Amino acid sequence: MEFEFNVVTVAFFVFSFITLAGGYAVVTAKNLFRGTIWLMMSLFGVSGLYLTLSAPFLAAVQILVYIGAIAILFTFAVMLTRSLTNLRDLYVRPQINLVGAVLLFVLIVVGVILPLFAANPQPPVSDEVIRTVDLGVALASGNGFVIPFEVASLLLTAAMIGAIVIARDTDDLV
Amino acid sequence: MDCTGLCEALYRGGMDQGLAQFLSIFAGVLFVSGVPLVTVIFLIWVERKVAARIQDRIGPNRVGPFGLLQTFADLIKLLLKEDITPTSADRLLYNLAPLVSFASVILIWAVIPYTPYHYGADLEIGVLYFVAVASLGTLAIMTAGWASNNKYALLGAFRVVALLVSYEIPLVFSLLIPVMLAGSMSLLDIVFAQSGMWFVFLSPLAAVLFFISSQAETGRAPFDLIEAESELVAGFNIEYSGMKFGMFFAAEFLHVFTNAVLITILFFGGWLGLLWNEPIIAFLWLGIKSALFYFVSLWIRNTVPRLRIDQVMNFNWFFLVPLSIILLLVTSGVVMIFKTVGLVPLDAAGNMQLAGANLFDMLPLTLALLAVNALMIAPILNRWRNIGREARLANERRQQARMASPAVGD
Repeated sequence: MEFEFNVVTVAFFVFSFITLAGGYAVVTAKNLFRGTIWLMMSLFGVSGLYLTLSAPFLAAVQILVYIGAIAILFTFAVMLTRSLTNLRDLYVRPQINLVGAVLLFVLIVVGVILPLFAANPQPPVSDEVIRTVDLGVALASGNGFVIPFEVASLLLTAAMIGAIVIARDTDDLV
Repeated sequence: MDCTGLCEALYRGGMDQGLAQFLSIFAGVLFVSGVPLVTVIFLIWVERKVAARIQDRIGPNRVGPFGLLQTFADLIKLLLKEDITPTSADRLLYNLAPLVSFASVILIWAVIPYTPYHYGADLEIGVLYFVAVASLGTLAIMTAGWASNNKYALLGAFRVVALLVSYEIPLVFSLLIPVMLAGSMSLLDIVFAQSGMWFVFLSPLAAVLFFISSQAETGRAPFDLIEAESELVAGFNIEYSGMKFGMFFAAEFLHVFTNAVLITILFFGGWLGLLWNEPIIAFLWLGIKSALFYFVSLWIRNTVPRLRIDQVMNFNWFFLVPLSIILLLVTSGVVMIFKTVGLVPLDAAGNMQLAGANLFDMLPLTLALLAVNALMIAPILNRWRNIGREARLANERRQQARMASPAVGD
């Protein structure tokens, strides 16, 4: 494939770097708060990659849900932990981590990347342009994914109510 | 990717197409972020003047004509100040936080259409982009509070996150109503869909909800718990000085104006007005309407006292959130009925198509939605009246009791 220098290429490399550097910093950070910040950086890079793939809706949702909601919750959880800053060396075992990381990497290459791309080096590109409107129609129309969508929302609501019930003070129930 | 305008000129001039594209986009980014940056300098002057008049003062009047250059003097002062980083602060995050805070506001301007022909980017997810980018501001404040290594800063940051995260819910729900009516998340489409009737007439409650929750998102009075001077010294930005403080400061000012522009675009027809086909007049309309809401925002800031954190939270969770959810459900129900009956402008595929509709086409839907809004607000107003009356009666009873048996001194 011919290498082409344009805005999309530059953006791809910039966002890939942000994603990978953020991910590396998360696992090496000795400070939990910093770790969450790097995690956000990595997630931000992923949303940029979605943009280069012409999926603006996913990109916005990525920022909104992962950075705006989940990562903020992470910061709260992190601040409640006792050893926030100087994580003890107990948690850092380079040999075991290295073995785990290599095993995971091999698993991803063998299990996901090779089956997907080895047989078909250039995945076919669909001519159809999918817009955000199509996504909305697919999720809400009767012959689309409306039932899985509703079931998922019901499940999430049930989980949320369950969380409230568990966290609630029992004195109120009497 | 298309290559027109500046990009085309550079390409014709013998530049590589990729580079020409990059340079033209870069110039666009510089321009789009430059406009709000220049605006904020004058907004600070406007805000100080308005605040001064409300407090029966004159305000800045020494530097330049009418004190117009006061902000530049302040800017130079801030730039020349010593740049202090506390020794036990997290140096990297401490310096990053003001940048993220300012960026979260500047980034919103990428999707704001100044006129029908001039805008940074017409994203089909414009509204979602705004919500996503604005949520980065919360992160910046949290980082600033934690990285300063100061208990007041951290307390301020905790309050902020509680406040901002809660008020995002009514904000998003009220945003959904213009999105639903326009059938698009693009801000440009939303403005065009208001050519028959501004959305404020279709859903005044949503406009009010959006205004209240966006005011809370900026963290200003009556929602200024973030930097409650009398309680937290200065809140999350206590350790910041010089231009780093200046960036938080400018971000807040710009956020207020950005919200004024957004409410204009979402509910008050953006640039729509007499002769809006002319770009300069369209820009003028947007400016006039936004200035109006900016003024209302300043007015509220300077006249309403600060609320307590529990009051703010109760107001949100027990009033704004349920109201916004019910409003969304009811509005979508009414729109659905009208669509089925066919009393709204429809396109060939049978979807609602408000863009290009005239006033007469919009009348049935407008009247129905207005009636629904009135029906929703009536019991609320009645309840508030009763609460007020009860409080007044209780007060009178207390007074009478005190008169009947005067306090006995020790």
